[in-house]
Amino acid sequence: MSEQIPELPLSQLRSMLSTMYLIRAFEEKVDELFMRGEMHGTTHLSIGQEGTAVGAVSTLRSDDFITSTHRGHGHCITKGADISLMMAELLGKETGYCRGRGGSMHIADVENGNLGANGIVAGGMPIATGVGLSLKMQGTDRVCLCIFGDGAANEGAFHESINMAAIWDLPVIFLCENNQYGMSMSTRRAMRNETVAQRAAGYGIPGELVDGNNVLAVYAAISAAVQRARDGHGPSLIESRTYRYKGHAKSDQNLYRSRDEIREWQQRDPIQYFVNYLISEQVVSQEEVKKEETAAYAAVEEAYQFGLGSPDPDPETLLEGVYL
Amino acid sequence: MTISHQQSLTGTVGEATELPLQQMTYAAAIRQVLQEEMRKDPRIFLMGEDIGLYGGAFGVTRGMLEEFGEERVRDTPISEQAIAGCAIGAALSGMLPVAEFQFSDFMTLAMDQIVNQGAKLRFMFGGKAKVPVVFRAPIGSGLGFAAQHSQSLEAWFAHIPGLKVVLPSTPADASGLLRSAIHDPNVVIFLEHKALYNQQGMVPVGDWRVPLGKAEVKHKGKHLTIIALSIMVHRALTVADRLAKEGIEAEVIDPRSLRPLDEETLVDSVSNTGRVLIVQEAVLTGGFGGEIAARIAASKAFYYLDAPIMRLGGAEIPIPYQIQLEKRATPQEEDIYQAAQLLLRQKPA
Repeated sequence: MSEQIPELPLSQLRSMLSTMYLIRAFEEKVDELFMRGEMHGTTHLSIGQEGTAVGAVSTLRSDDFITSTHRGHGHCITKGADISLMMAELLGKETGYCRGRGGSMHIADVENGNLGANGIVAGGMPIATGVGLSLKMQGTDRVCLCIFGDGAANEGAFHESINMAAIWDLPVIFLCENNQYGMSMSTRRAMRNETVAQRAAGYGIPGELVDGNNVLAVYAAISAAVQRARDGHGPSLIESRTYRYKGHAKSDQNLYRSRDEIREWQQRDPIQYFVNYLISEQVVSQEEVKKEETAAYAAVEEAYQFGLGSPDPDPETLLEGVYL
Repeated sequence: MTISHQQSLTGTVGEATELPLQQMTYAAAIRQVLQEEMRKDPRIFLMGEDIGLYGGAFGVTRGMLEEFGEERVRDTPISEQAIAGCAIGAALSGMLPVAEFQFSDFMTLAMDQIVNQGAKLRFMFGGKAKVPVVFRAPIGSGLGFAAQHSQSLEAWFAHIPGLKVVLPSTPADASGLLRSAIHDPNVVIFLEHKALYNQQGMVPVGDWRVPLGKAEVKHKGKHLTIIALSIMVHRALTVADRLAKEGIEAEVIDPRSLRPLDEETLVDSVSNTGRVLIVQEAVLTGGFGGEIAARIAASKAFYYLDAPIMRLGGAEIPIPYQIQLEKRATPQEEDIYQAAQLLLRQKPA
């Protein structure tokens, strides 16, 4: 498993930490709002997976694209989304990213290059390949980071998309955010291979397994793949091994895994791991860490208030937005 | 003005146009639009199985590789889901892809991308994205391709808000509708009948566009209305000529677009004639003719009906291989003629 540590400016390290806290705070608030019945429908929380979201997406430029998953809040935040507009979307408000039409599973921030979370497992993969084709045909050095889960690795779209990107050397980075369970089905039960990364060999592209709870290791692996894509050498498949603390969705009773397993992973928490590293390297002090954490929760509270104060969509606008 | 079937094949097109006319096949008309539009706009490119050197299973893109190269006439692996998704992704990020499915039956392999992604992205994103894609695909039976290569699944697509669905029946319509489809900022499902590819017709030369969502009265008449889809338009026109010899004037309408549907033209015609026969190749159950019937029944035309709405469609079976069975499985001219006669004999209670 790759654990290379990249050389990054201190400001960037701090910003990565604050983004990780922001994701955690956002997800905890969403969890709370669902519990309290202030949000409806369903949502998929990425608590425990912040290392992968921040490590991967922060390698990108603002003009690069991502396609995301149903568990995509962290990707969206890291790509530069405004959490107020995200919170408004989850609350079904007109001010939300999708004017309340999409909700958690379809948040997109097209201006920032986020082509959306996706309610269909592997649904974003062929689209990412198409974005890669487009970027290549336009002669740019922009790239598309295609994020999908371990469940998607067993969909047919995985095969078709990676193969097509591979034969055409498209600038796509396929990132399998392996949180070890497709809903209740563990990867051990769902595939014979030890890793998703080794499937890269089947497409003639590089594959690498990385510790998804080590934000810097993820950063190193993805930035190498991004550079390869920018240089015109085609796609890579990176598997980032991580873990979700919360259930798949609110119906989940965690019958398929043990408390011990969850606790064990919480011992390897990506935020705590990064904090320990930054303190040991004297990048930040304990007080500064506390400040970042507090600021994140305050920002989320402010976003929530913005959402609460926003208007609901006007029912008269129901039919808008299907066709241009 | 009344356009007879023969006229539409030899001298005029239905719609008034100042553009010069040129005779060509349905396939050539499609090819010409692709060529002309690709010369004008570098964002337009083609992708699909065997469309390059091979020229496509039905030869529609023959010769285009030489002019536009592999980048813009892009052969793909046999990966329908990726073809659809790749076109959608390219459209989302600034290109104008025209993707070909070798047979429309294979679109069933790409339904997630077409239905859950392409059709919905704009709406789900609050109107902040556009997906200007054209999906071309051959439909229909008549060439002995049997059950998995001969279906008419237009109703599947027409059921989905976010998709536009068109079925050209003539070279002129193929040309004008395709040009409109390429310039439409939405997902357009462009269904070509494979038994029409060699059909000759007059096609306006130049920037000829048929708007999506506009039906055409292919033959004027006052005794009954025949609404026909795709290849059935030709059979209905032949029947109209036969009926004309018996003094019966049948009005033949081709909706051309199913979504958006030009309900007004259909309703006006039926309000005039009081009798309507709807003819499609697809099986009747869940077919688009049922939607047309429902729209007519729920419109002012209801008050003018002198007979129940009649539908004619494919038998409730997969398309068989053997040539006689294949013909029996879908409405032929004689079937339409008999149905029209039956409809004309019905008397108001």
